[in-house]
Amino acid sequence: MKKLLPEGFREVSHGADAALEVWARDLPGLFRQAAQGMYALMGATPTRANSTSRTLSLFASDDESLLVAFLSQLLFLLEQESLLFTNIVLELQPGNLKATLEGIPPGSIQREIKAVTFNDLAICQEERLYRVSIVFDL
Amino acid sequence: MTITLQAFNKINDYEWEIPADYRPDMRVPVRFFASRRLLEDALGDRSVEQAVNSTTLPGLVGRVAVMPDVHQGYGFPIGGVAATRYPEGVISPGGIGYDINCGVRLLASVIPLEAGQPYLEDLALALDQKCPSGVGVKGGRALKPAELENVCRQGSAWAVKHGFGEPVDISRTEAGGCLDGADPLSLSHQARERGQGQLGSLGAGNHFIEIDVVEQLFDAKAAAAFGLVEGCLALQIHCGSRGLGHQVCTDYVQSFQDAVRRYNIKLPDRELVCAPMDSPEGRNYLSAMRCAANYAFANRQVLAVHAREAFEQVLAGKVKNWHLRLVYDIAHNMGNIETHEIDGRKLKVCVHRKGATRAFGPGAPGLPEEYKASGQPVLVPGSMGTESWVLAGAARAMELSFGSCCHGAGRVMSRSAAKHAVRGEQLKRELEAQGIHIRAGSLPGLAEEAPQAYKDVSEVVKVVIETGLAKKVALLKPLAVIKG
Repeated sequence: MKKLLPEGFREVSHGADAALEVWARDLPGLFRQAAQGMYALMGATPTRANSTSRTLSLFASDDESLLVAFLSQLLFLLEQESLLFTNIVLELQPGNLKATLEGIPPGSIQREIKAVTFNDLAICQEERLYRVSIVFDL
Repeated sequence: MTITLQAFNKINDYEWEIPADYRPDMRVPVRFFASRRLLEDALGDRSVEQAVNSTTLPGLVGRVAVMPDVHQGYGFPIGGVAATRYPEGVISPGGIGYDINCGVRLLASVIPLEAGQPYLEDLALALDQKCPSGVGVKGGRALKPAELENVCRQGSAWAVKHGFGEPVDISRTEAGGCLDGADPLSLSHQARERGQGQLGSLGAGNHFIEIDVVEQLFDAKAAAAFGLVEGCLALQIHCGSRGLGHQVCTDYVQSFQDAVRRYNIKLPDRELVCAPMDSPEGRNYLSAMRCAANYAFANRQVLAVHAREAFEQVLAGKVKNWHLRLVYDIAHNMGNIETHEIDGRKLKVCVHRKGATRAFGPGAPGLPEEYKASGQPVLVPGSMGTESWVLAGAARAMELSFGSCCHGAGRVMSRSAAKHAVRGEQLKRELEAQGIHIRAGSLPGLAEEAPQAYKDVSEVVKVVIETGLAKKVALLKPLAVIKG
């Protein structure tokens, strides 16, 4: 079996929409990889413009809800403020996420993601890795 | 547990049912409308399991109905119809979908194919220029906050009042282009922000504008009522509530995660979250969902006017009558409060249609006068490059599927598989060789929508005809496709 990198993501087949499998050694890493995977699904590539900072503070009842809230915020900021975040620093505590983000406008976006879903969403920890599968509505 | 063909009771060649005792958490049976081949396709992904999961919602009545174009979604399958008792039953945002009131609008013309053919490329270009499409694209007019609130309250009527269309367009739109009970206070700041810039835009993904020719008529009387003339051009617009609708569903699926705990509702998938319609959470979602639905009606109304302008720009002085007349505008992601007869009793229910079209039969309340005898037009777009169908709702749909029918061909291949199997450039060349003009914002996006990624729409339509959910009226062949 091919050895997995300590952090990463890959697209997995889904009927009408798109899905990602994401893994990392800790929860902030998992969230960062999920963000990068989502941008990769969209075919969103950064330009060389000056970066802009944003901070986020999100609350939710569990880690899965925080993950959906975080990715949904990134989609919103990409659509409304044309910001693709290339540097993501996260602090995660139970029920609370704080993010410091550095973003630049995307060069192009190949594919629209309408939303991040809760479909079969469960973060699990196995063999010292956090893993999650995320289904996106296209 | 993997569900196999053995789980189904065969009712006839086109109806299959999983009984309510198949799994302990099921509240009602689930009826699939499918040929054996289409059912086997459905068993190839998780759509059957998702349909069974959807039978666990509190307050369901009758049965969950699944259309022949079913495919795997998230929470509900695409092609699922579920009715919950109003107001004590639940409403589930995932049972309606993120693109609230995604739907199809069909416009007919009396432009003969031979008169329009020389201008098809110019028409496609003009439509592309006048109807903004692509990822996150803005519409031509930014709405002020108060204007957005009026769009959300009034739907199509707002558009007509502001010069986008004719009063007759309103009566030829499902629900008159406006759901009552839409209060913009139920929208988040983000939903409002997204809605302000996007009215009159097509978006991306599987949304499209397509010029067709009416290839064949099957019911001359109904076709005449619908204004469809054999050999003449028609136009379809497929899109929804854009970012506003996506945000409404995102907001409420998120907030209902806590609501299900408060109301002690146990569900097999978190995407199925729901709240009782008579709870504060349920009322707020219903209101926000109606805002998004009205926004979508207005969006397609504005796009239709831009399409009419494109036809005028290209055809004025060259073709006798270039006018596009609205046949009908239908939703296929919607939650509607309707009255249906269930077990001999008339009940008020919330019909969740997720990738399913309302298909009211002859004489049903709410249909425009001119469609009362035929039943409402049911629009079934095929995959890109293949035929589309215009059907009419039939009485049996009222008995079997809460007045619902299929909404398209239905995917049979995942997007990633389609992208590996098909190259966008090659597909464009192949379609153009068949005489279909293509304007696409993204070639990989075009590949994802390749005809081979979809079921055969004729087989899907055959099922709804054989089961009596609808009647054939007309067959449309594509001539030009504009995609985001």
